[in-house]
Amino acid sequence: MKNVRPKADVAIVGLGWCGSLIAEELTRAGLNVVAIERGPWFETATDFPPSVDTDELRWDTRRGMLLPPAVETSTFRNNSNQKALPTRDWNLNEMGYNVGGSGTHWAGMAWRFTPFDLEPYTQTVKRYGEKQITDGLILQDWGVTYDELEPFYDRFEKIAGVSGKAGRLNGETIPDGNPFEGNRSSEYPLPPLEGMRLTDIFRDATKAMGYHPFMVPAGQASRAYVNPLGVRMGPCTYCGYCLYYGCGNFSKSSPNACVIPALMQRENFTVLTESAVVRVNKAADGKTATGVTYIDRNNQEWEQPADIVVLSAFQMQNVRLLLLSKIGQPYNPITKTGVVGRAYSFQTVSGANLFFEDENLNQFIGAGALSQQIDDFNGDNFDHSELGFIGGAGILVVARGARPIGNADLLPPGTPRWGKDWKKAYTHAFQNATFIFGQGTSYSHEDYYLDLDPEYTDDYGLPLLRVTFDYNENDRRSAKFIEEKSVAIGKAMGAKTVVGTNSASGHYSPYNLASDHTIGGAVMGTDPKTSVLNRYQQSWDMHNLFVLGASSFPNNAGYNPTGTIGALSLWTAKAIIEQYLKNPGPLVKV
Amino acid sequence: MKRREFLSSLAVLGVASTLPATGKAAEVSGGQPWEPGKIQTPPTPPRKGGLQFLTQHEFDTVGAIAERFIPADELSISGKEAGCATFIDRQLAGDYGRAATLYRRGRFIKGTHEQGPQSALTPAERYRQGLKALDAATRKRFGKAFVALSTEQQEQVLHAMEANDIDLGPDVDTKALFELLLQNVREGFLADPIYGGNKGMASWKMIGFPGARYDFRDLLSKKGQKLNIIPTSLIDNAL
Amino acid sequence: MKKIKIIGSLAVIAAAVAAVLLWRNGDASADEVADNQIQMKQPLSQRDAAAVARGKYIAIAGDCVACHTAPGSKQPFSGGYAISTPFGDIFASNITPDAETGIGNWTERDFYRAVRHGKGKEGENLYPAMPYNAYVKVSDKDMHDLWMYMRSVKPVRSKVPETQLPFPYNIRLAMMGWNLLFFDNSGFTPDPSQSDAWNRGAYLVQGLEHCAACHTAKNLLGGDTRAYLQGSNLGDWHAPDITSDPHTGIGQWSEEQIVQYLKLGSNHVAVASGPMAEAVTNSTQHLSDDDLQAIASYLKSLPGGDKQPPQPLAASHPQMKSGENIYSVNCTACHNSNGKGIANLAAGLANNPGLQADDATSIITTILQGGRGAVTQGNPTSGAMPSFAWKLSDQQVAAVATYIRNAWGNAATPVSADEVAKQRAKLKLPEQMPER
Repeated sequence: MKNVRPKADVAIVGLGWCGSLIAEELTRAGLNVVAIERGPWFETATDFPPSVDTDELRWDTRRGMLLPPAVETSTFRNNSNQKALPTRDWNLNEMGYNVGGSGTHWAGMAWRFTPFDLEPYTQTVKRYGEKQITDGLILQDWGVTYDELEPFYDRFEKIAGVSGKAGRLNGETIPDGNPFEGNRSSEYPLPPLEGMRLTDIFRDATKAMGYHPFMVPAGQASRAYVNPLGVRMGPCTYCGYCLYYGCGNFSKSSPNACVIPALMQRENFTVLTESAVVRVNKAADGKTATGVTYIDRNNQEWEQPADIVVLSAFQMQNVRLLLLSKIGQPYNPITKTGVVGRAYSFQTVSGANLFFEDENLNQFIGAGALSQQIDDFNGDNFDHSELGFIGGAGILVVARGARPIGNADLLPPGTPRWGKDWKKAYTHAFQNATFIFGQGTSYSHEDYYLDLDPEYTDDYGLPLLRVTFDYNENDRRSAKFIEEKSVAIGKAMGAKTVVGTNSASGHYSPYNLASDHTIGGAVMGTDPKTSVLNRYQQSWDMHNLFVLGASSFPNNAGYNPTGTIGALSLWTAKAIIEQYLKNPGPLVKV
Repeated sequence: MKRREFLSSLAVLGVASTLPATGKAAEVSGGQPWEPGKIQTPPTPPRKGGLQFLTQHEFDTVGAIAERFIPADELSISGKEAGCATFIDRQLAGDYGRAATLYRRGRFIKGTHEQGPQSALTPAERYRQGLKALDAATRKRFGKAFVALSTEQQEQVLHAMEANDIDLGPDVDTKALFELLLQNVREGFLADPIYGGNKGMASWKMIGFPGARYDFRDLLSKKGQKLNIIPTSLIDNAL
Repeated sequence: MKKIKIIGSLAVIAAAVAAVLLWRNGDASADEVADNQIQMKQPLSQRDAAAVARGKYIAIAGDCVACHTAPGSKQPFSGGYAISTPFGDIFASNITPDAETGIGNWTERDFYRAVRHGKGKEGENLYPAMPYNAYVKVSDKDMHDLWMYMRSVKPVRSKVPETQLPFPYNIRLAMMGWNLLFFDNSGFTPDPSQSDAWNRGAYLVQGLEHCAACHTAKNLLGGDTRAYLQGSNLGDWHAPDITSDPHTGIGQWSEEQIVQYLKLGSNHVAVASGPMAEAVTNSTQHLSDDDLQAIASYLKSLPGGDKQPPQPLAASHPQMKSGENIYSVNCTACHNSNGKGIANLAAGLANNPGLQADDATSIITTILQGGRGAVTQGNPTSGAMPSFAWKLSDQQVAAVATYIRNAWGNAATPVSADEVAKQRAKLKLPEQMPER
């Protein structure tokens, strides 16, 4: 017996930032939208209010609002000669498991990528020639330029209530902003958050070194705000409970705080919660999608027919769903052909740990994106001619809310990890230890990819995604470079002890939580031979299938991905409304 | 609502769970659902008082380890006094102890360091097996169970475990057991007292952590100063 | 004592009542303007569209849908909502044009008599849970438009449970006595000394919006007292004073602030929650700006009671000291340490008149069970407050409620742990979470 729901105009898989943003646009355009979310309904007052939020053990240590590996994980190996094994414990693939997705528990850094990040191939070859590209590196343009995306970045920032300071506004350079950013058409909707002792020290030191520090654009409202959807946000209270936590007072940008209240008022919107989509269904000729199949929590299989299917789950899940649905040609690492699973990458992180002598950093006060950063060594903002790599990193400090359990190992080298000496050292370090974080660009490599695991499955018997990944030569060179810069900044900040850190000095491991920004595997581009999606995130193979999220990124920037994910979702929504609905078919002809 | 029903049905079975509920897909439309009094409170213990997973001997052993890891001094009471063993007992009796959130399907094959733990055992099973192996090892070396050793001997054993320098038999990864114990004792000492440890917020008073507070706006002008905030916990009847 | 007195006097009145009085009180002749031929189920024609549209507005202003639709039902007006009264549950009827289970066989005159005079089709008395004592003010024109709209509603076949009140309330004839005591059988008469806007406001407040149903205190038999719109206890809620009393009413609000409250569900200080959130969502947000302005102008003109505000509790009072600590840990993230809240999202507590009534029921209920702010087109956020039942003891709830009522220049009677314990039990909420 087949359970079939009434047909919708659009079926959306995953109700996080991408799903809620596109649902808002499409329902406003009059389409009947059904979103299917694997996790439960989730909202501020009942699931993460201040009264339950301040609980490190529950939300951070035990990852209370993340998708448990028991429900879905991936297998991993560093290279294709190894046997991939399941990543059994909590790891850096931090997928949301609730209405709001990862957008509920993110830290809130709300960046735009630079123009270079979206056209890395063209701009690298133009400036340095092909020789700059290390062996096997996958370097390709996205098919959409920064200037095209700018209005959508702008819209996203206004919906999310981002707090920041423009550095490049209508062609002018603005003091205290980021002079390296792409040109902006308007100022941030809210002024930057208040600085902390830590960010002040960094600002003063980097300024003295001739760099250009600025406050990171934050998805924390620096004051009360009403967004263009009429939804209200409260002012951030600097409680520090952002990353791994929901925001209890409506001040962190999230689908729950910024989009879903408006969306839920629409009669043409429905969300099915606690339902796992297992495949996209295809028409007999394989040329269009007919909807999706999902399994509810009673293990009942359902079909949701739809004219348009949007995959907006986590990056890894989007790729897995394409592979499980047999849409697009899977990547073959031997012949280097095929596209699904190709161009998977992570984010290279290096920096420094700093130990001051006598500070009161009070780092429990802060916010997930309360940061000062320099972009002097990010993207292509500096001359790489003699360096042998491309890219770099945003170098920052962040007052994001120090936690007792989480900080217990941030100690000067040689400190015992238990006993009286640990207690003494930790008591001192809790106010004096911090770190510089170089959030690197990363370019994918032809040896590393995603495919389906031949052995391990989930509870439905479906194969897990298999990750074959390690850092490539470009990653290692750029990480080393950034580590050195970070150590120098740490010393200039007056720290007594500075210890360089570099996640790419060894092999990649999903348990090295330097970053959680995994990207690619179903990338957008200009050529169906090297991309899964065209420049509108529309499948080359199936014109009524759109795939949203960081799975579309062919390379990672030295920034957090959310702003770009949001802008691309709005860009795709506009393409659907203004082009696709009038004339359903491929939006790019090849 | 569905989730709450699920949780309460588990409570009836004597099982506390932090996992989201089962129940068929909830269809939500026409506004944000709301139910008076509904809130996802911290996971409660299966029952009050007594030992919930550990035996008395295991409890005493964990207490002794907690006292070595976090000895009493002028900075705080000891980890044992702070309730770390009670905390660990409650954790092992719940989702954490049962590895409810971890991927548990076979085959279990030893992999590379980068591939992480591939043990078939749950944390609760690792405690049971590990503490037994620890006693066997100390009996062999000192003729006594771990708890019966002198403070110095206990420290010596723990240092050896940390250095992976003591054989706990073929089934126990010494270093991994040490890391599990250290992590859990620290958790008990540093987590909210609602979970059974951190008595009197001893650790928070030690490091100067203000605890369950959610608004620091009135303190922003005191950058870089010592704030001396009185900590508070999730349930705090001293307020 | 009071109860005996009223029942005693009721007996005397009942015995001595003159037939002419009874007749006047039960007189529904004003409804005879209405047609008595066409039944509701008969189809409408295209030219009725304008009347239907006007009638829809009347239905919204009267908030008929609130009681005549079961919670969660997607079939408006099909009845089944249980109105809880101190006397038992009263089930609102199916008022769709379904002939069998609804009122499809009713004529316009039957309809008028029910709405304005509390009479069923066979002349039986309706329970005054149906606010006919307010709707009696509705004009003939509005009644006709409302009738036309109700005829356009989709008929729903849905049998509503029969109301079964215990003796003596099951004697519908007893409503005659109730009506005699409490039903003022007179239509709306404009006051020529007041502006058109004031009169429009009075017409809406007294009639369709039936504000007195919640905001005027009731006597033991459920009739309105003379403390018109000065606040009333609804069981789990206190419907606040909405006269211009400066301490407990809306005397310090501008007309604009009143309009904003009714339009958005919130304003500079207050956020509608509980039953008022429903009233705003279903009814007042849809009223025209002119009508909201008229309501504001009328409410502002009501003098309110003559009660003097109490002295605020001293900051040194033990409940105030404890309350301040509890407040600073649990409340400031949304309501701010200065009690100002977040405009249109989290209620301001400082100088919030609704919090300073003698009756603290709403505050206790809200702290214990949480609350959802009204959702409106103008403010879809509908922020919500979490339940604190699991986190705070009865003493703590009492202390923080007392603090809120007496901090920042507020002044009101203290709240006792006993009151909190009773309300906690009544709401069937758990005790504070025990230690493990």
